[in-house]
Amino acid sequence: MEPILEIKNLGKSFKDFSLKKINLTLERGFIMGFIGPNGAGKSTTIKLIMNLLRKDEGEIRIFGKDHIKDELEIKNRIGFVFDENHFYEELTVQEMKWVVSKLYKTWDDAAFTRYIERFQLPLNRKIKDLSKGMKMKFALTIALSHNAELLIMDEPTSGLDPLVRSELLEILGELIQDENKAVFFSTHITSDLDKIADYITLINNGEIIFSTAKDDLLNNYGLVKGDKKVLDENLRESFIGLKENMYGFEGLVRDRNNVRRMFGDRVLVEKPSLEDIMLYYTRREQNV
Amino acid sequence: MNILISNTSDKPIYDQIVEQIKNLIINGELTEAEMLPSIRNLAKELQISVITTKRAYEELEREGYITSVPGKGSFVSAHNKDLLKEARMRIVEDKLEEAVSAAKTIGMSLEDLKNMLCILYEEV
Repeated sequence: MEPILEIKNLGKSFKDFSLKKINLTLERGFIMGFIGPNGAGKSTTIKLIMNLLRKDEGEIRIFGKDHIKDELEIKNRIGFVFDENHFYEELTVQEMKWVVSKLYKTWDDAAFTRYIERFQLPLNRKIKDLSKGMKMKFALTIALSHNAELLIMDEPTSGLDPLVRSELLEILGELIQDENKAVFFSTHITSDLDKIADYITLINNGEIIFSTAKDDLLNNYGLVKGDKKVLDENLRESFIGLKENMYGFEGLVRDRNNVRRMFGDRVLVEKPSLEDIMLYYTRREQNV
Repeated sequence: MNILISNTSDKPIYDQIVEQIKNLIINGELTEAEMLPSIRNLAKELQISVITTKRAYEELEREGYITSVPGKGSFVSAHNKDLLKEARMRIVEDKLEEAVSAAKTIGMSLEDLKNMLCILYEEV
């Protein structure tokens, strides 16, 4: 089956930043987390996918179709959740639904009612009076009420409390049950992804550092700590990033079992979090 | 069926699942031909990646504990009774070993230990 989202050699240059020929692929039935520090190119990439920005070069295929030539059809099948509110602030939830439901060919009013009830959203409240969590839930309700196959979200969890974030993650898990849908979402809160993401793509300075199964990262990478005396050239070379202080060192390696075999009890080896991995990769870039 | 995942353990999550399902099969909590939850449902319930549960099931299938039928689901395999018995005997052996080392630390003789075992065997 062809991928639900495929990006090939996508490039875009601004005065002070450029996206450098990035590639990524997402299959149906999976959740991909798109991570990177602020200004790395996450939002630029998502805006290019949604054709809110003109690309300079490269190709974006969604459902196997060109994202510009078949834009209308594609957007009918995408659910989109932005970080910022993109609804009319003065309308109520109910009024906004009337407007939006006309835009989609496959609007599902029963689904809308179901999510409104589940999220306990007040139909008669103006959008500007909703809390930040409610606004995200409303955007998600709209995104899920037209049978979208691909859910694209830009920083949906930023500024939300842990409870709302965990509710969102639960919904995403439900969404991919039928193996036909996929979720692509950017975030810098990597703990959301430690759990449910299937794939992780890390972007930094407009370049993709890796795009791989999360399990491969968490099962192989290691956080190594120890006495600076242990730090020989051999060990130093295996680090992706390294921090030294007065009392020892801490660094990230790609193969923790190998370091364990080589250094045994002389170093402390731990399983890293995605945050550790992101930090060490992006920090190295700055040091070089 | 209970499966508990530790996120702090160094052991990969798929491995934790494999081990726990194996144990459920060996102590008979999961019986022959019983259907396991789908890969996606298990991932959703445990809030982990589908890739993780898929890998766990593949591992269990490779070792012969379960059988997957495309479009139907995964089932506990019809087990080689000898293999299962052997696995259970290993558990007994482990526990006896524990008992022996506990006996040794207090200087109990083999004779006393045998007597105790005989009494227990009759009683239980």
